[in-house]
Amino acid sequence: MGFRYLLRRLALMVPVFFLVVTVIFFMIRFAPGGPFSSDRNVSPEIMRNLEAKYHMDEPLMQQYFRYLNDLIHLDLGPSFKHANRTVNEIIGEALPVSMELGFYSLVWALVIGISAGMFAALKPNTLFDYIPMSISILGICLPTFVIGPAMILVFSLWLGWLPVAGWDSWQDRILPSLTLGFAYAAYISRLTRGGFMEIRSQDFIRTARAKGLSEGKILVKHALRGGILPVVSYLGPALAGIITGALVTESIFAIPGLGRFFVESATNRDYTVVMGTSLLYFTLIFVCNLLVDILYVVLDPRVKYE
Amino acid sequence: MKPILEIKNFQAHFHTRRGIVKAVDDISYQILPGETLGIVGESGSGKSVSQLSYLRLLPSPPLKIVGGEVLFHGKDLLKMTAEELRQVRGNKISMIFQEPMTSLNPYMKVGTQLIEPLLIHRGHSQEEAWKKGILELKRVGISDPEKAMSKYPHEFSGGMRQRVMIAMALTTDPELLIADEPTTALDVTVQAQILDILKNIQKQTKMAILLITHDLGVIAGLADHVVVMYAGRVFEKGTAADIFEKSQHPYSRALLKSTPRIDAIQTQLPVIAGTIPDLSKLPPGCPFYDRCENRMDICRSVFPPKKAIDPGHETYCYAEMSR
Repeated sequence: MGFRYLLRRLALMVPVFFLVVTVIFFMIRFAPGGPFSSDRNVSPEIMRNLEAKYHMDEPLMQQYFRYLNDLIHLDLGPSFKHANRTVNEIIGEALPVSMELGFYSLVWALVIGISAGMFAALKPNTLFDYIPMSISILGICLPTFVIGPAMILVFSLWLGWLPVAGWDSWQDRILPSLTLGFAYAAYISRLTRGGFMEIRSQDFIRTARAKGLSEGKILVKHALRGGILPVVSYLGPALAGIITGALVTESIFAIPGLGRFFVESATNRDYTVVMGTSLLYFTLIFVCNLLVDILYVVLDPRVKYE
Repeated sequence: MKPILEIKNFQAHFHTRRGIVKAVDDISYQILPGETLGIVGESGSGKSVSQLSYLRLLPSPPLKIVGGEVLFHGKDLLKMTAEELRQVRGNKISMIFQEPMTSLNPYMKVGTQLIEPLLIHRGHSQEEAWKKGILELKRVGISDPEKAMSKYPHEFSGGMRQRVMIAMALTTDPELLIADEPTTALDVTVQAQILDILKNIQKQTKMAILLITHDLGVIAGLADHVVVMYAGRVFEKGTAADIFEKSQHPYSRALLKSTPRIDAIQTQLPVIAGTIPDLSKLPPGCPFYDRCENRMDICRSVFPPKKAIDPGHETYCYAEMSR
């Protein structure tokens, strides 16, 4: 893959990013209500002061260009709701937590998903296939707000092995990441099974057998690369989803991640936080998909980007 | 001379939902060191299935080897453990396949897959094997072999890929090469080149070749002995001259007649009327009965016994054919 392709992809990100900024900026501002509307009666003077402090008294276009200018300087502005905190600070604190949770979840998803899928593909239409594939159907169907509390019930309350909630010790990491990773593991196991079944019926696997390779070597050297490709293409959306979709898991286990701010800010009309988190997610999805495309070239020599 | 491979009463069936398909039904033949044995027959005659099942390369189920022996230097391949068989595959017996486009791994460099047999069977180091791989590619006529080693299969044409397959099969200097329709998927000109390569290498190494094809032209150019198969049975076997000039079986004769010739003026090419019978519903007698011009009543009920014509020339037919 050419370096120029990479540059072009990154260059393409600029106009799309600009479009996203514009759409979100105006959409959230046209939504009814505002950051300072509340049940409490605020005196007009205070309101004027507040609006002046956050430049809300300026015409909308002026606010828009002010935001763009700040954004170029990587300043996402102050939060309208969390007094004395900037969006940069909020993201700086919450993103590492969400990323850590996402990372562990992804590890679970890949380890469980790929091994279960390979197992099933090795002995198709036997119990080794039916059992993991049935569990995976469960994993796809059951939402996290069912799996999470069920895990807490079993592992924390009944067995007492792991803490119920929190984000301090390493034991705190296990249940949330399992909960979040389970659905992805389920999906990945099906993709892996499909990929390997497909590869194992290929002529070149027969060639490998005819050469005298052992079944283990055939699996690792000849089948793995092609068999794993469906999982790789799923990885881009999965990665973004695992970091952004952690909201439910984060609230079940009281984890100070980004998901909480994302939802809170939308209902509170905390304009800058909505903008900041949305743009962050956009960037994440863009980068993840780019990484997957690059990985694809590494794995399949027939794929070329011009 | 002792045969290198001896097939004795080999039978293999597919167990499918529609019933038992008798893909290979009681076949016997042998191949001597250094010779080329051609197996000829139309699609569905069981020629490929039999070759693939000697090295147990077909998934089982659905394939079930029902009986017989496949003796390689007197040792039954069908009774070997998986590990013993693995030592034979790609080492003493190599295979090339019909589909050069898909028989190479698209995710691996040509060189990496080419040298695999050397790494597993000869214990070569990576560098040693790579050097030998370059020589092998040169031997099958690939220009700039050093560069070719680092390319991927999709960068080659079909003919070039088949050359790579041949080179890969020959890295370990096998005693027997099983070539399953090696030229079927290729252009006629490329076909001739591939056959030349096989011929030349056989001259140098004295390996035996088991050549499976439906193309009598290929057989005529390469084979010392010929086995004619139909519906999972052997119909006739003999030297190439026996089959081409003195065939004693109506099917072999019909097959020869329906091959287009360049030296004869033909307005219409004769065909064998009908198709190969459903292998899951074979009649008890001769499977060629419905299409045969020389059929008799007995053919319908009992498969004919072996009939020796000359030493080494045998047919399975009741009819007395003109010589």
